[in-house]
Amino acid sequence: MAVGTLEAERRGTRPANLRVDWWWLQPAITFVVLLGFVVYSTWTVFTPHDFYAGPSVGRHYLSPYYSPCITNRCKGGTTWNLVSWWPFSAGILMMPFPILFRATCYYYRKAYYRSFWLSPPACAVPDAHGSYTGESRFPLILQNLHRFAFYLIIPFPIILLWEAIKGLEFGSGHWGLGLGSIILFVNAFLLGFYTLGCHAGRHICGGHLNAFSKGPVRYWVWKQMTRFNLHHMGWAWTSLVFVAWTDIYIRLVASGVIHDPRLF
Amino acid sequence: MSDQVTMKVWRGDTDGGGFHEFAVEAREGEVVLDVIHRIQATQANDLAVRWNCKAGKCGSCSAEINGLPRLMCMTRMSTFEPGQPITVAPMKTFPVMKDLVTDVSFNFEMAKRIPAFSPRPPDADGKRRMAQRDVERSQEFRKCIECFLCQNVCHVIRDHEENKQHFAGPRFLMRITELEMHPLDTGDRIPLAREELGIPYCNITKCCTEVCPEHIHITDNALIPLKERVVDHYFDPIVWLGRKIRRKG
Amino acid sequence: MADIERHGYDVVVVGAGGAGLRAAIEAHASGARTAIVCKSLLGKAHTVMAEGGIAAAMGNVWSEDNWKVHFRDTMRGGKMLNNWRMAQLHAQEAPARVLELEEWGALFDRTKEGLISQRDFGGHRYARLAHVGDRTGLEMIRTLQQRAVSLGIDVFMECQVHRLIRDEDRVAGALAYWRESGRFVLFRTKAVILATGGIGKAFQVTSNSWEYTGDGHSLALWSGADLIDMEFVQFHPTGMVWPPSVRGILVTESVRGDGGVLRNSEGRRFMFDYIPEVFASETADTEAEADRWYDDHINNRRPPELLPRDEVARAINSEVKAGRGTEHGGVFLDIASRRSADYIRRRLPSMYHQFKELADVDITAAPFEIGPTCHYVMGGVKVDADTAASTIPGLYAAGEVAGGMHGSNRLGGNSLGDLLVFGRRAGMAAAEYAAGLGAEPNVEEAEVDQLIRRALEPFERSGGENPYSLQYELQDTMHNLVGIIRTRSELEQAIEAVGKLRERARNVTVEGHRQFNPGWHLALDLESLLTVSEAVARCALLREESRGGHTRDDFPKTDPEWAKVNNTVRKKGDEVNIEQVPLPEMPDELKTLFEEPAK
Repeated sequence: MAVGTLEAERRGTRPANLRVDWWWLQPAITFVVLLGFVVYSTWTVFTPHDFYAGPSVGRHYLSPYYSPCITNRCKGGTTWNLVSWWPFSAGILMMPFPILFRATCYYYRKAYYRSFWLSPPACAVPDAHGSYTGESRFPLILQNLHRFAFYLIIPFPIILLWEAIKGLEFGSGHWGLGLGSIILFVNAFLLGFYTLGCHAGRHICGGHLNAFSKGPVRYWVWKQMTRFNLHHMGWAWTSLVFVAWTDIYIRLVASGVIHDPRLF
Repeated sequence: MSDQVTMKVWRGDTDGGGFHEFAVEAREGEVVLDVIHRIQATQANDLAVRWNCKAGKCGSCSAEINGLPRLMCMTRMSTFEPGQPITVAPMKTFPVMKDLVTDVSFNFEMAKRIPAFSPRPPDADGKRRMAQRDVERSQEFRKCIECFLCQNVCHVIRDHEENKQHFAGPRFLMRITELEMHPLDTGDRIPLAREELGIPYCNITKCCTEVCPEHIHITDNALIPLKERVVDHYFDPIVWLGRKIRRKG
Repeated sequence: MADIERHGYDVVVVGAGGAGLRAAIEAHASGARTAIVCKSLLGKAHTVMAEGGIAAAMGNVWSEDNWKVHFRDTMRGGKMLNNWRMAQLHAQEAPARVLELEEWGALFDRTKEGLISQRDFGGHRYARLAHVGDRTGLEMIRTLQQRAVSLGIDVFMECQVHRLIRDEDRVAGALAYWRESGRFVLFRTKAVILATGGIGKAFQVTSNSWEYTGDGHSLALWSGADLIDMEFVQFHPTGMVWPPSVRGILVTESVRGDGGVLRNSEGRRFMFDYIPEVFASETADTEAEADRWYDDHINNRRPPELLPRDEVARAINSEVKAGRGTEHGGVFLDIASRRSADYIRRRLPSMYHQFKELADVDITAAPFEIGPTCHYVMGGVKVDADTAASTIPGLYAAGEVAGGMHGSNRLGGNSLGDLLVFGRRAGMAAAEYAAGLGAEPNVEEAEVDQLIRRALEPFERSGGENPYSLQYELQDTMHNLVGIIRTRSELEQAIEAVGKLRERARNVTVEGHRQFNPGWHLALDLESLLTVSEAVARCALLREESRGGHTRDDFPKTDPEWAKVNNTVRKKGDEVNIEQVPLPEMPDELKTLFEEPAK
């Protein structure tokens, strides 16, 4: 027969969360890493020195946070002196683009809705908020503009790639390859892969079709973007961590703390 | 080979209830549904549970096992830590009828609100032609076995009862995407999806995808594309302009 | 007059699988006030389990295919015991039914030309199964369900029809109960369409779900309608046997087609010991030749593992009975030692996942246990081919519950077509019958009251038996004595055992109250399980030959005399009476189709 201890007699006594696994671990990690990234990024764009490992250390590496360089306060492969009147850190100028793209990104939305807003913190764990309207009202309705952030971010991986190529120049006419160049290339590709997996981009480039056979080229593009989209989360994290790492590396080289090893 | 396990099964009805503990045998290779059936056959003949195929194909035996929405027939006993009690509760989002059986009529009501497939006329020879690549996206959504685990886990209605009026849930928003992507369909359900069935309420936290026993990419392939189609329709001046020009051209 | 919920309809369809939904759609379209009454939630019926496809001679892949070829394949598969007119209608109309599904939103796999793709299957001359991967049944039921919902047809879900009610000899209503509340509901209706599926739950090992308790067969028989050929039960040779949670679930024939072999516990490839005379000339007799066949079909003969289903099932059965079975009463199906893991995963993805996810068994790593599983009943309600009408006015039957279409053995892919073709015909005919019926039939209230009282008796008794143990005993009896191989003594034993179980069933007790009480539901289902079990056993005892889904150890050959008759079951008072009724005569122009040699 049933051992039959009736734990809770009447309604409302069922615990709201019955999960027994470490459901809080993932949101906690997300919280720590994202917060850490925000703090570090804020510091780095407001610390406008050592973001360029220049001729003094025999290199041409520009931190991705400061790229492209469009003020007269920075240097790099992609230096266009467009806003010479800009009085503040050049990093602040470039910051909005990746912020807009990542903040409205479908993947990051999941990540911060879960880990920061706790809505919900994990599956089948109660929402921390009493009422909920999702993305149906201001300000979250603006998330619908993600595709415009996608349009704006498209030049960036290309600029970063160009910057990395420029970094191969070790003084006038001499070419070489340092560890820093490899880091710059990897960073450019990671941002590129993350961008190529964009859900909005995937829709615009082909997903909007109902019959793929009516647009074979768009279908091909959609298929390729789908491959990146499958790992959008992975590219989102690796590109995020790597951009900070790239910045750290360049700062260390620029400030002379470490020497950038030349590979050949 | 068999073990004694402790199952904490929620029992009760519309008036309320609670967890009952059963000490029951679990044999090698069994799934949670087998053990529930053993309780039913030997200790509680009137224990209510829904099930049909017991092969993960019909989507009847949805429940929350140790708090996670799962199919009981697809959850092997060997996946649990020995010695620990296993809780089995009915789906939280739907009103309990009795024990593990819930009133899922919300889903059938929502299904009625979606306008049916409306095909364009067939080809001149009376046949209909579609390339395999044109049907593959919707075919993925048609793998759905209507277990309603996605509906159950979605916090929009799980934690906010009032949203049941204007949020159809992942299963039926996916159904709209399926019809919208159907190469022969002529309907336009985008205004419905936005204004009455609640796609803007989705905050893409992906729990629907996580619990789907058919491994359908509900969020990435159905809900987000639906959101993007809503953007096309309401928020994108470029698409709007393009449509205007094409209509004139 | 009982104070219960009441509804009035022209047509009540019992069951919401492929046949029931298709029937309801047609009845509704024909203007009848139609209701669907089903045991489970809408969309959960057993049709979802169908994998292969819908056999229909559309000629999308082979333009040579046409209804005549399909008709001939069906008749040959059924060992000529089929109702020829049903087989003909089925072959003629299946293509239109498939196209209709597409019209309602079904998304079949496509050919290169963009048409519905068709695949090969056992017994079909040409590739003709319209399919969606290996989930055709799901696609079909979802399409029909969505169609029915969009038409606004009334659906009574989790509502079980308990008894049919007649006015004189014709149908007048159906008494049902809500599974949720246990309350009764009376449907006054002019016509009833039975679409309740099969009887698999009378057997211990089955690929069928709990719903398959022979409800429609019993409702028909109790109402005075005839059943035919109940002895023909299809056992699929390869079902999963271990672990217990998956016992009976199908293992597709392709595992053997792609190189899998059967071994007993001694490791012997035993099928070589079971090659019957008639297949000797086309079956390899050495392992070397059998193994060469996979690469060279021309110069080698087929491995004996690919003999017809009944032969393989019989061989497995003999090995197990001789003590050479596996620990859990099956034999080994071994593909792991013969093909690379990559090859297996590529060729048999769904099988690989089925074992991996349901059983935690890796079929690429080691041999796994399989054994025969009860799959389908060919016998059923005797119907008129064109209208699906039973022998009782106002009572119709379509799908697995109807008999005749498949003769003594069903071909794969013919069941889904059957549901659509005869579901539609039943819906049409029932609506027409209802429209032509003048006055509403009368329901005798006293009868309703009495039926309700009887149905509630298990609650009032105490100290009786548990319905679950009775069901288990019945399944055990049927499995051991009326299974794949039958003999007179065992069948007689079974009939006696079923009789005793019936006595005990009158005394079952259930705990708790009427609200969603599976114990009580089973107590009521036991009546139909016992009814169909007895019918199967009695028909099997009478048919002294082996044919299709009926194998007699004591009469191992087909008998030309038995090729001419259907066993016809009818209720006489409390007794079940079986007589042999001649098959309908096939017209000469169809007979000529069988004269030319098979190509």
